[in-house]
Amino acid sequence: MLLVKGLDGIFRPSDVQAWTSPLRFVFLVDTYKCIGCGFCVKACKLENEIPFDADVSRTWVERYVVTGEGEVFADTPKEARYGFTASRIDLGRGKFKDIPREKIKKAFFIPKLCNQCAKPSCVQVCPVGATYQNADGVVLVDRKWCIGCGYCIMACPYGMRFFHPVLRVADKCNFCYHRINHGLRPACVQACPTGARQIGNIKDPGDPVENVIRTQQVAVHKPEYGTNPQVYYIGLGEEVR
Amino acid sequence: MVQEALWTVKELFVYPNEYIYWAIQIVMYPFMTGLVAGAFVLSSLYHLFGIKPLKEIARFALVFSFTLLMVAPLPLLLHLTHPERSLNVVLTPHFTSAIAAFGVVLFVYASVVVSELWFLFRKHLVVVSLKLKGKANKNLAERIKYFLYTILTLGALDLRDASMKLDAKAIKVLAGVGVPIACFLHGYAGFIFGSVKANALWMTPLMPVIFIMSAIVSGVALCVLVYIIIMEIKNIIASRKNVTTTFIAFKEIKSEEMNTMQVAVKYLIFFMIFSISLELLDLVFRSYTAVKSWDILRNVIYGTDFINIFLLQYILGNLVPFILLLLPGLTVRRAIPALLLVLFGVFMMRWNVVIGGQSFSLTFSGYMDYQLPIIPHGLETFKEGLCGALLIAVLPFILFWILNKIFPVLETKWPD
Repeated sequence: MLLVKGLDGIFRPSDVQAWTSPLRFVFLVDTYKCIGCGFCVKACKLENEIPFDADVSRTWVERYVVTGEGEVFADTPKEARYGFTASRIDLGRGKFKDIPREKIKKAFFIPKLCNQCAKPSCVQVCPVGATYQNADGVVLVDRKWCIGCGYCIMACPYGMRFFHPVLRVADKCNFCYHRINHGLRPACVQACPTGARQIGNIKDPGDPVENVIRTQQVAVHKPEYGTNPQVYYIGLGEEVR
Repeated sequence: MVQEALWTVKELFVYPNEYIYWAIQIVMYPFMTGLVAGAFVLSSLYHLFGIKPLKEIARFALVFSFTLLMVAPLPLLLHLTHPERSLNVVLTPHFTSAIAAFGVVLFVYASVVVSELWFLFRKHLVVVSLKLKGKANKNLAERIKYFLYTILTLGALDLRDASMKLDAKAIKVLAGVGVPIACFLHGYAGFIFGSVKANALWMTPLMPVIFIMSAIVSGVALCVLVYIIIMEIKNIIASRKNVTTTFIAFKEIKSEEMNTMQVAVKYLIFFMIFSISLELLDLVFRSYTAVKSWDILRNVIYGTDFINIFLLQYILGNLVPFILLLLPGLTVRRAIPALLLVLFGVFMMRWNVVIGGQSFSLTFSGYMDYQLPIIPHGLETFKEGLCGALLIAVLPFILFWILNKIFPVLETKWPD
């Protein structure tokens, strides 16, 4: 019984630290405000030194187009690091699809970033403990200890993780931990021209982000995986993958 | 440049960071550990349950299991982007991870196999050591051999009946302990996949059991195949000389080989039925329950991976050898292609799990195609390409050849 409870994480000291910590970073995305400019992606890549031309990113923006027949098209060309410069949908393998405007019933953008889950499966599966969660909820990677097995990449239901193209260790969004630790905002939040991205402390009753999450209808991405994601969305449609 | 992009082609809506991260080496990993477990189970059928016709192959299977075991961690090492840090798994094991216990499981299993090998070959080691000890004017090679064998005896030179009986008892105990550990080693490899909740194809509690059954199938098939081939080579040599060979007469080899083969194949068929039933159960269950992920899984199973799954794995790798082995009057000529197809079938099963599980996106709206690098352009495409896989496949045979020099498996007539 003890073993079972232990496996379930009941006795983890890190949980106790998290309960007693006055800080729990959360993120709020207002999808109605996102205009798909891609400044967030560009800022993130530059800030976190992810090679700009490499086709991996800590954050990206998705475009969804829904037709009258209920067909859903989605793409994120080059993670939207240059924004959405063409109206046609990228289907991969060099193919594109133009959807006539009159057929489109709705279209919207969804920014994606690491959910800093309360029960992160990436932390659970790391065999060496190189991926760990801080008491403030942010999941970090120890680049000097990661062996590069890729198990965390496989375990993340959100596809947030990748191998850093140069360092060849697991990499992911950490809410720009080096910045938020010094009271600054993450690069993507700072670069967003419309305020679609916001960061806050869910444990601070006076925090505007906490206020929105507690008082408005917000949703999280893929709650069915039981990871308890901590990036909240306003206007998250059921079409979102 | 993202290295995984070298072998991944994306189609429709796929998240930007998604690639085939677990490539051919991760296909080789469960394939090799499967062979280890299967070979050990085969050897235990004789040592534990005393199935006499399997006596010769049991000894061979144990040594072969050991050589496979030495190679089994290599695919993982080749797969790691930082293999120089691989010891971190032992230094700071994070036990909530299914991979963390790999070092422990492998070490425990290796200890059992090495101990059993030692008890099995102790008499041989002692005999050779004493023979060389008594010899005057040893040359350099003999001196090295004497040194090696003396060390390997660990000073236990007692060959009296009571001592040999104790050895036999130890072998039986180790074989008994080894079977669950061998199954655990491979069931554990299945758990590594089966517990990934993000992957709709992998996540099933049946995965460890499916892996164990297919492991036994592949291990038995490989041992029987190699055994037959070695015996056939001996036959050819014996028939050419047309005289009694050093150890066993031609006809004796032939009848012994046929008997061993037929008994081993019966066990192989038995495990194949289990393995295929479980895999089909998984497939039927998925299609019947048809949860959210079924739409994309159906497209993968019946669409993009149809040839790999149904044609190559189920028909060519399972059905055809099954019929070939079941038809009465099994001959060596029929057994060899059938066993090769069984091995191919299990390999394709691993391929379809590892690569198939990554051939659809987490979005459930896109696909990824794996293009195995054939000609290496650099270290990455060598490691994660055909050459790396072939290296892993060939290594056990080279090691076996070397080990056979110390533990002569197939050359000596052994007492019961």
